[in-house]
Amino acid sequence: MQVTMTVNGTEVTSEIEPRLLLVHFLRDHLGLTGTHWGCDTSNCGICVVSMDGLPVKSCTVLAAMAGGREIGTVEGMEGDDGLDPVQEGFMQEHGLQCGFCTPAMMITARALLDANPDPTPQEIRQAICGTVCRCTGYENIVRAIRWAAEHPALAEVVA
Amino acid sequence: MTATESPETSVPISPAGNPIGFGRMLRKEDARFLRGKGHYLDDIQLPGMLYGAILRSPHAHARIVSIDPSAAEAHPKVKAVITGAILETLNLAWMPTMSGDVQAVLATDKVRFQGQEVAFVVAEDRYAARDALELITVEYELLPPVIDARKALDADAPVIRTDLDGKADNHIFDWEAGDAAACDDVFGRPDVVVATADLLYPRSHPSPMETCGSVAHMDKVTGKLTCWITSQAPHAHRTVYALVAGLPEHKIQVISPDIGGGFGNKVPVYPGYVCAVVGTIVTGAPVKWMEDRSENLMTTGFARDYHMHGEIAATRDGKILALRTTTLADHGAFNATAQPTKFPSGFFSIFTGSYDLEAAHCKVTGVYTNKAPGGVAYACSFRITEAAYFVERMVDILAHDLALDPAELRMKNLIQPDQFPYQTKTGWEYDSGNYPLTLQATLDKAGYKELRAEQVENRARFAETGEGTLMGIGLSFFTEGVGAGPRKLMDILGLGMADGCELRIHPTGKGVLRLSVQTQGQGHETTFAQIVAHELGLPPEDVEVVHGDTDQTPFGLGTYGSRSTPVSGAAAAVVARRVRDKARIIAAAALECSPDDLEWELGRWHVKGDPSQGRTIQEIAMLAHSNLELPEGVEGHLDASAVYNPPNLTYPYGAYLCVVDVDPGTGEVTVRRFIATDDCGPRINPMIVEGQIHGGLAEGIGMALMQAIAFDEEGNCLGGSFMDYLLPTSLECPSWELGETVTPSPHHPLGCKGVGESATVGSPAAVVNAVIDALSPFGVRHADMPLTPAQVWLAIQGRPARTDLAFGSGGGANQ
Repeated sequence: MQVTMTVNGTEVTSEIEPRLLLVHFLRDHLGLTGTHWGCDTSNCGICVVSMDGLPVKSCTVLAAMAGGREIGTVEGMEGDDGLDPVQEGFMQEHGLQCGFCTPAMMITARALLDANPDPTPQEIRQAICGTVCRCTGYENIVRAIRWAAEHPALAEVVA
Repeated sequence: MTATESPETSVPISPAGNPIGFGRMLRKEDARFLRGKGHYLDDIQLPGMLYGAILRSPHAHARIVSIDPSAAEAHPKVKAVITGAILETLNLAWMPTMSGDVQAVLATDKVRFQGQEVAFVVAEDRYAARDALELITVEYELLPPVIDARKALDADAPVIRTDLDGKADNHIFDWEAGDAAACDDVFGRPDVVVATADLLYPRSHPSPMETCGSVAHMDKVTGKLTCWITSQAPHAHRTVYALVAGLPEHKIQVISPDIGGGFGNKVPVYPGYVCAVVGTIVTGAPVKWMEDRSENLMTTGFARDYHMHGEIAATRDGKILALRTTTLADHGAFNATAQPTKFPSGFFSIFTGSYDLEAAHCKVTGVYTNKAPGGVAYACSFRITEAAYFVERMVDILAHDLALDPAELRMKNLIQPDQFPYQTKTGWEYDSGNYPLTLQATLDKAGYKELRAEQVENRARFAETGEGTLMGIGLSFFTEGVGAGPRKLMDILGLGMADGCELRIHPTGKGVLRLSVQTQGQGHETTFAQIVAHELGLPPEDVEVVHGDTDQTPFGLGTYGSRSTPVSGAAAAVVARRVRDKARIIAAAALECSPDDLEWELGRWHVKGDPSQGRTIQEIAMLAHSNLELPEGVEGHLDASAVYNPPNLTYPYGAYLCVVDVDPGTGEVTVRRFIATDDCGPRINPMIVEGQIHGGLAEGIGMALMQAIAFDEEGNCLGGSFMDYLLPTSLECPSWELGETVTPSPHHPLGCKGVGESATVGSPAAVVNAVIDALSPFGVRHADMPLTPAQVWLAIQGRPARTDLAFGSGGGANQ
């Protein structure tokens, strides 16, 4: 079957198997390997991308279901003027170690900040609880997202 | 050795704003990870690449009657189906394990655990490979499984390893350390109090978020095999492949790309890696194999599974005299732990912990069961996790029995600063420490007295109303030994645990450091550049760190057991100092003076008494490559290499305190606070060190409260997905409160002790001690991990469950 969607602002059309998962479509068909996968049961949240602005687990979305939707991945976060404040915050606050969950965490953080520009640490913990990180113990991820909340200027420029 | 709290150091700052030496520095590797440009195993795409998938056993113990792959072979996208019978013709059906046992690559005679590898399909895409697995027909004849480790040595237990000549039981090894007779003497004294307990450290799994996988490519023209592998030890893997496949080692290149977390899970050689190699040899095309999460949880290196019977002897006023244990170690169907050869139970004999005892003894018995192989994996510093949990629970149980405050009991028995270097009763020489300082720092930071006062009020209220939560306070003081070797004492498969390192300074003063160790998120590209900066005065941004590629780096045993800084960090310091020494000769030649007339300031050799006369390291680098006449016997260029053979382990330690609130109605545990004071010697990059501690503390909460892999009576793995095997999320973890003391190691060139596993080693006992403390009003003395709501609730009812089995009852707790 054929599917058409917008990925990081660019419309793509592709011939796919109906059973193809969105995560495999992004990685294997489009070469956007910044989105990772970590489990088979939608528990780990490593594969989070944004769909129409909301974070979704791309292992639980068929590529066919993404037809006509706007998909955002980590590769689309950096603007012409530089890193998204979320990306900068993750670097400044050491919010990543192995980097494997980082794209999912950052996509989730961007959606959170778009909806709630000044979240409390507890609101951040609630927002990111769908993605598991084995390296950081989460504290620095919370700080990273707070950093981004406190440095929104770049996001405004990019927007 | 002097100990200090939180030293303030000042180092010069580079043009890019980085410390030229130790200090907080943002990570170099982040630039790619933040943009989704990390390069992990499953990101690798090669032209014509095929995909492998493994058919696995649904049974824990069964004879293979027949395998019919014909329908799978007929699938239009399938290129090959490989079975154990085919591997037998290549003499590849079995492979050596890191413990000197053998493990089936693909089963030939029978399957010995659920999930064992039975056949390997190579197909054009990953979906087709999975489809084809469904087309393979395997006929099994079921055999009775051995699931309960405590029954593995029963006379009527089925024998699992019938492949081993003459094997008539499930016994692997007996191993002892310490002095049994000296213990008998102490325990026999009439005035000692003895506390006894049975403690299970249940089977756990490291579960890095990236599962294991490999891409193998045999170039038939050059005869070169290139393997990209999720490996923490690429050089050790290369040697194993040479031994397994009979391939010449110089024609094997192992590349560990970016690794999505390791925690020990990515040390062993797994059958899938070997299958991918066979797949590329058979098909002539590159073959990728990437396991899914269930395969990762059910078949790759698990951890722990130690059944520990403990006895602790003390005077009535709380002077601990002796500690002993008999321990049963469940190693699964093949003895595939990755640990030093002479230490079949790892470094478990460090179980005397941080206390000054008169006597100690342990006896560990290893057994086969019908479970996945493994044992040493998961940030445990070779079984020190089990040892630290054991001693810290035993001390708390003793405190309970003697009605003593656990903080006071610990303080009373800690090894004192003037006793270092300290010889333990089981043969370890602790290098340095100031334990009382560190414990006091934690107690002060936590406000221990105030917490206990609050707890008194909490309990009074609960006794009066029977409502609300119960507060618990748990302590843990751990000492671990990391950074294996020395090489004469420690080897894996005969490979001594010493690590190579090379440093080359280019003419323009930029450096390349080549390491044998491999990062899985530890930030080596940053930390090791800082070590060179510290020694040579080069800005860290001018030092490129190369690792993870056996064609690009010197030999070494890899990253696990917190080895990187203690071993390769020392190697990096040594090569940098050799470069500095050579730079001195070159500078002297340029300044037409004797090297003895020069003295070092960071980044520059200058004439003693005349600092204006000197050469910077960058100037010297160019001079080293120029036509400057050098003294007789001095070669040009500016480089050095070294193999670092550690003279001893390093011994990081720490004092942890956990505060929990337990809802006795639901059994739910909430971790309110966690205070961790770590002493790992000087911190090269404090930001990275703290990050590693944060991560380890979360792992500890996971093990204490959530993570365990149990089995039912048929040997079905009950932790085979993240729906069953629970990991801590942001909601279960508190905001960590860290502290620091600094006691340098006297034998490490930088004084550093390593930290990667400290928090994983030390934290589970603090959490469990806190929960049991909370439950003490109900008379609870012990309950095994994980302290899930169900287990806590059962403990309150006085009948905590065994957490390794989903059948039977009782026996797991010591009441």
